[in-house]
Amino acid sequence: MSEFVDDLHPHADDTAPGDQRLDGSGIAHGVFSYLIGLAMAAGLTVASFYVGGSGIVWMPVVPVALIVLAIAQMGVHIVFFLHITTGPESTNNVLALAFGVLIVFLLMAGSLWIMANLNHNMMLMPRMMEMQR
Amino acid sequence: MTIAAADPNRVGDLGRSDARGRGEGGPAPKRVVVAFGFWIFLLSDIVMFSAFFAAYAVLAGQTAGGPSGSQIFDVRGVAVETGCLLASSFACGLASISAGARSRLWFYVAMAVTFILGAAFVGLEVSEFAGLVERGDGPQRSAFLTAFFTVVGCHGLHVSAGLLWLLTMMAQVFAKGFRPDILRRMLCFSLFWHALDIIWVALFTVVYLLGAGA
Amino acid sequence: MLGKLTWSAIPFDQPIPLIAGAVVALVLLGVLVLVVVKGWLPYLWNDWITSVDHKRIGVMYILLAIVMLFRGFIDAVMIRSQQALAFHAPGYLPPEHYDQIFSAHGTIMIFFAGMPLMIGLMNFAVPLQLGVRDVAFPTFNSVGFWLTATGALLVNISLVVGEFARTGWLPYPPLSELRYSPGVGVDYYLWALEISGVGTLMTGINLVATILKMRAPGMSYLRMPMFCWTALASNLLIVAAFPILTATLAMLLLDRYLGFHFFTNTGGGNMMMFMNLIWAWGHPEVYILVLPAFGVFSEVVSTFSSKPLFGYRSMVAATMAICIISFMVWLHHFFTMGAGSDVNAIFGIATMIIAVPTGVKIFNWLFTMYGGRIRFATPMLWAIGFMVTFVVGGMTGVLLAIPPADFVLHNSLFLVAHFHNVIISGVLFGGFAGLSYWFPKAFGFRLHEGWGKAAFWLSLLGFLVVFVPLYGAGLAGMTRRLQHYDVAEWRPWVLWAGVGIVIMTAAAACQVIQLVVSIRRRDELRDLSGDPWDGRSLEWATSSPPPAFNFPVLPDVEDAEAYWGIKLRAQEEAAEPDYQPIEMPRNSPTGVFCAFFATMMGFALIWHIWWLFGLGFVGGYAAFVLCAWRDADEYEIPAEEVARIDRVHRRTRRDALAVGPRP
Repeated sequence: MSEFVDDLHPHADDTAPGDQRLDGSGIAHGVFSYLIGLAMAAGLTVASFYVGGSGIVWMPVVPVALIVLAIAQMGVHIVFFLHITTGPESTNNVLALAFGVLIVFLLMAGSLWIMANLNHNMMLMPRMMEMQR
Repeated sequence: MTIAAADPNRVGDLGRSDARGRGEGGPAPKRVVVAFGFWIFLLSDIVMFSAFFAAYAVLAGQTAGGPSGSQIFDVRGVAVETGCLLASSFACGLASISAGARSRLWFYVAMAVTFILGAAFVGLEVSEFAGLVERGDGPQRSAFLTAFFTVVGCHGLHVSAGLLWLLTMMAQVFAKGFRPDILRRMLCFSLFWHALDIIWVALFTVVYLLGAGA
Repeated sequence: MLGKLTWSAIPFDQPIPLIAGAVVALVLLGVLVLVVVKGWLPYLWNDWITSVDHKRIGVMYILLAIVMLFRGFIDAVMIRSQQALAFHAPGYLPPEHYDQIFSAHGTIMIFFAGMPLMIGLMNFAVPLQLGVRDVAFPTFNSVGFWLTATGALLVNISLVVGEFARTGWLPYPPLSELRYSPGVGVDYYLWALEISGVGTLMTGINLVATILKMRAPGMSYLRMPMFCWTALASNLLIVAAFPILTATLAMLLLDRYLGFHFFTNTGGGNMMMFMNLIWAWGHPEVYILVLPAFGVFSEVVSTFSSKPLFGYRSMVAATMAICIISFMVWLHHFFTMGAGSDVNAIFGIATMIIAVPTGVKIFNWLFTMYGGRIRFATPMLWAIGFMVTFVVGGMTGVLLAIPPADFVLHNSLFLVAHFHNVIISGVLFGGFAGLSYWFPKAFGFRLHEGWGKAAFWLSLLGFLVVFVPLYGAGLAGMTRRLQHYDVAEWRPWVLWAGVGIVIMTAAAACQVIQLVVSIRRRDELRDLSGDPWDGRSLEWATSSPPPAFNFPVLPDVEDAEAYWGIKLRAQEEAAEPDYQPIEMPRNSPTGVFCAFFATMMGFALIWHIWWLFGLGFVGGYAAFVLCAWRDADEYEIPAEEVARIDRVHRRTRRDALAVGPRP
């Protein structure tokens, strides 16, 4: 079985996640996809390090910028390296990814919100912190 | 029989697709089932990482008198590690294409390059950890360092396991050629390797870049 | 040489674990001798231990669950009897022992009785209902089962070698940290759960892939039986939640073994984060347990009311809503930990909202029964008993969801009564309903109705007599996990609960007798047609028990209730199908080998025997690679053999149906 779908009905089945739908257009096209992905990811990575380190960007915006760049990089990986597309043959894969992202979001946002509240309300008085030392 | 009896749940024309594995065409082909199952596993792995991430985010400020991120992170080294891992992801993609085209030579070359770059990543990370431990800033020093070592170390362990898997894949192709089941495993391996790079994006952004600036 | 392990690990000075351990050891030895002497070992190895058949694995899961259910029940008897005796008295269980018992009770019941029971039912029934031959990854299925068995084994070993955790079934720090629990008890707990957690995750992945990618031709999503939908939701929750458990327990292990500071008092650790993370897993976990039970009830109520399930689409929506919302309520397990009123309010409201889809399900079951021709067989009795008692448990849950109320009732016996109410009514009754419903399919003969009904009524009565008083004691202020107490007001409640546990013991005895009697009278109770209940889904189209390949030809599904449609059209009288050779997965010892080395590693890590751990690690990896290296993953059943097996079934069924309608 090749990476390329060579069924009689190429769009009848779902795509396996990670597989490319090339319909026989060849190796060059496949390599091209990875090259574009590499170039875009590299560019975004360099931008991230630049924004993080150089102080060109206004300080309070840096975290937001970094997160946006990170999401963009992850998107490039998902589209160009993992070949997750939006057609009906990829719906199951996209839905599964969306479910995972939802759970990650709930866990991280929920935990940070809860722990911030707990830490604030249950913060030890300075004297008690002295006794702990 | 009446229409009502034939369709008691009034499903009507919903789900009319004839596709195998997501409609009415019957079970999906093996390649799709295996890759989808592995995709689900990867999502579960990402949830596990997010638990460690959440712990890191909560404990990031707890330096207990020890060093904080900005004092110990070497952004230049992290940039090199990032470059290595990204390049190895690209090489892995080439390896997938080689497997698809059944070219043994290019497969071995691409996998070897993937291995070397991945091993470089692990080596740099190990030396970073060793340096910190030597200075007394190991994971037992503070909660921040605990969480840092754990979340970055967990990723490093996954990469190391991936390197072991990579060698096993090369051995299997050498011994058995491009059999369908070996190709399915190769697809799973490439999913794994790319996912590790995705997690690394989150890691270096949140831990190193945000941490170094703090 | 042997790490921390010495002869003092064996409880020579404690009569209860010593005698219990001796009894278990003798029973195991007896069974082993019997098996070897009768020459059953090759059969057991080839047909069960190395089997990758989902039906066999499902049966083994359920067997594990029932054995562990007994162990957990004995723990419960000890807790109730200790409390009944311990008014102004020490009782017969010293605190160090009592603490281990309630910890083991919870751990065993949830992880090694409840989960395997539900997973076993899903493993057995889902591929049959979907009209396919096996799950997506049969070998991983076997590995998952054996790793779960490893966890159960480790917990049981702790009874005689060392001790168990004294921290309750969720080991809150700082008590569970090395400083305050220096013994091996918490380590037994942690490694048993980490190992079996891997197994459970494998099951989750397996069943999600099976349900989403492998169904008979014609079976679109909205033609799947309801049990398959709830199995999908439950396994999606497993995939999403169990990694959190793995990570959190790993953090505690790192604290204990390597001196990390996740949850420690010193070094900046945050104990409250453990509660946050563990309940982010813990709440989805209870829905993982109860959703398959809801699915069983959907099947049972529909079959025994002789009607299609009412409101199928709303049931699907309710199930998926429960799946998603269950990830948004976890703070209600620690309202009192100090998050503040706005956080508490949001999670309290979300908790109340999640009761709504469950209410939708209850109404749908009631409307299914309305206007139907109801048969009160044992499975249906369990379903009705569930409906009556579960709503009470659900309502007390909504009560506890109100933060001010929870501040009074948190960690009281009211809470204990609430969760036992929902778990026993939901998971246990659902498990028993599923067992009696699918038992004939698995073994070819029905369970004895009389003893089944006796078991049901005694269970229902016993459950009420134990837990209604505990609601009362909780409202009167009694805290959970008390080894002794001296408040006179609580005494009558506790004594009544003690009476109740005696009734439940009688119920358990009825279950055992039912099984023994059914086996001895199996010829009278034989299920020849494969369809003893006049069922509506595809599993009833096969023989009892089904052949290895389930269906000679994958069925073409044309209706929402696949088998009902076939029966209505009397298609079974049609000509023989076109028999083709069938490819089946080969049996594999991967599962049992992985489990063997996992047990070795777990035991070695618990007792700090590092060379043994290394040995287990290398051996386990080698065994895994060796098994993965095999060339023949499958074997072929020739078409003539398929035809021969199927013709026997068609003839037997035709003869059985010709005899006349079921009495």
